[in-house]
Amino acid sequence: MAKLHQLCARGGALETAPRSTSNHHPTEMATHELHPNDTLTTLKMESESLKAKLEEERAKLHDVELHQVAEKIEALGQFVMKTRRTLKGHGNKVLCMDWCKDKRRIVSSSQDGKVIVWDAFTTNKEHAVTMPCTWVMACAYAPSGCAVACGGLDNKCSVYPLSLDKNENLAAKKKSVAMHTNYLSACCFTNSDMQILTSSGDGTCALWDVESGQLLQSFHGHGADVLCLDLAPSETGNTFVSGGCDKKANVWDMRSGQCIQSFETHESDINSVRYYPSGDAFASGSDDATCRLYDLRADREVAIYSKESIIFGASSVDFSLSGRLLFGGYNDYTINVWDVLKGNRVSILFGHENRVSTLRVSPDGTAFCSGSWDHTLRIWA
Amino acid sequence: MSGSSNLVAMKKIVQQLRFEAKINRVKVSQAAADLQQFCIQNAQQDPLLTGVSSGTNPFRQQKVCSFL
Repeated sequence: MAKLHQLCARGGALETAPRSTSNHHPTEMATHELHPNDTLTTLKMESESLKAKLEEERAKLHDVELHQVAEKIEALGQFVMKTRRTLKGHGNKVLCMDWCKDKRRIVSSSQDGKVIVWDAFTTNKEHAVTMPCTWVMACAYAPSGCAVACGGLDNKCSVYPLSLDKNENLAAKKKSVAMHTNYLSACCFTNSDMQILTSSGDGTCALWDVESGQLLQSFHGHGADVLCLDLAPSETGNTFVSGGCDKKANVWDMRSGQCIQSFETHESDINSVRYYPSGDAFASGSDDATCRLYDLRADREVAIYSKESIIFGASSVDFSLSGRLLFGGYNDYTINVWDVLKGNRVSILFGHENRVSTLRVSPDGTAFCSGSWDHTLRIWA
Repeated sequence: MSGSSNLVAMKKIVQQLRFEAKINRVKVSQAAADLQQFCIQNAQQDPLLTGVSSGTNPFRQQKVCSFL
């Protein structure tokens, strides 16, 4: 089955950086005047030599592998993780989910255009909204727990305040916040209900003010659809990471719009990125059937989580609270649990009857939730 | 004018690479040790890792039906 972004493709990946229609915020790069000597050829040569230099610098510091450092610590024991709740109610593929900070509510979105808020303890549905489009690929819970954001094929991200009155029509209070020129692939509130970060099939990410709908900053640098993003833990400052169909994972400065680090080791689309809990690293899941760990201070990939028997793409990844476990949802319907430090798989979880499309660990780390093309969500603990 | 816009785009790429080439990096051995240290320090507070008992994990508790 074709991936959605392939159905929506703009017709060929861009080879150069996208158009510069972004707001002109001062960046740390000095704008360089074009000299007559700067021909395309000399620039290409400089680009090649800089890339080689980057590789050289990274290689110099590659003195050991992560799993070698981890040899001395105890191996993990057996894990007993089972489905504890099954959330049924979506009429089609579940595409995205997010936890509320209260550790029990969940918002999920589906191909059928519905966005549902659940109480995961009781499995009751608390709210349901029908979006004006199908393929609602992104949804997020506001930090206050009082609103949810969602979007997809409508190219927008809209915010719905959640009403205590179950009879109230949520759609009536909808606020359109973000406008992209292609599908919305991911969205996430920043530290408050006031700002939203989005990523899109149009190749950009953007930061928006919820109240006014104003574009605060845009992020250009991916050469193709951006499929995922994750905000750095608040202690580590104003950055976020994004992953895309150009096989790159980019780390961005939210204030300046500058791409500060870029990683290109995956062999196919990056479907999911998630920060390690300390903020010093992030994991990615890709259509190349691997998950990888990138350390930001070493500026390189430091682990690959893969097995010959795993040949289907990883759609979604998340860490346990201590960062020792990495959960990966895959297109072969399974969830693989990896020892982040030692690099081996510690468990494989069966249950879903179709692709796992989304996966998040709860805010207090007591459980994780997976959503699937089999129309259900499962809570595992 | 596609020639000059290619030039501008290429210029951006080179500027970005120059920027990335200059950042400070640490050795993998140091970075790996720090990642490991973080895991160890937080291991006890990680319910999925330690397997918190049914008594305290709300999801592991059985749903109780009581007839009044």
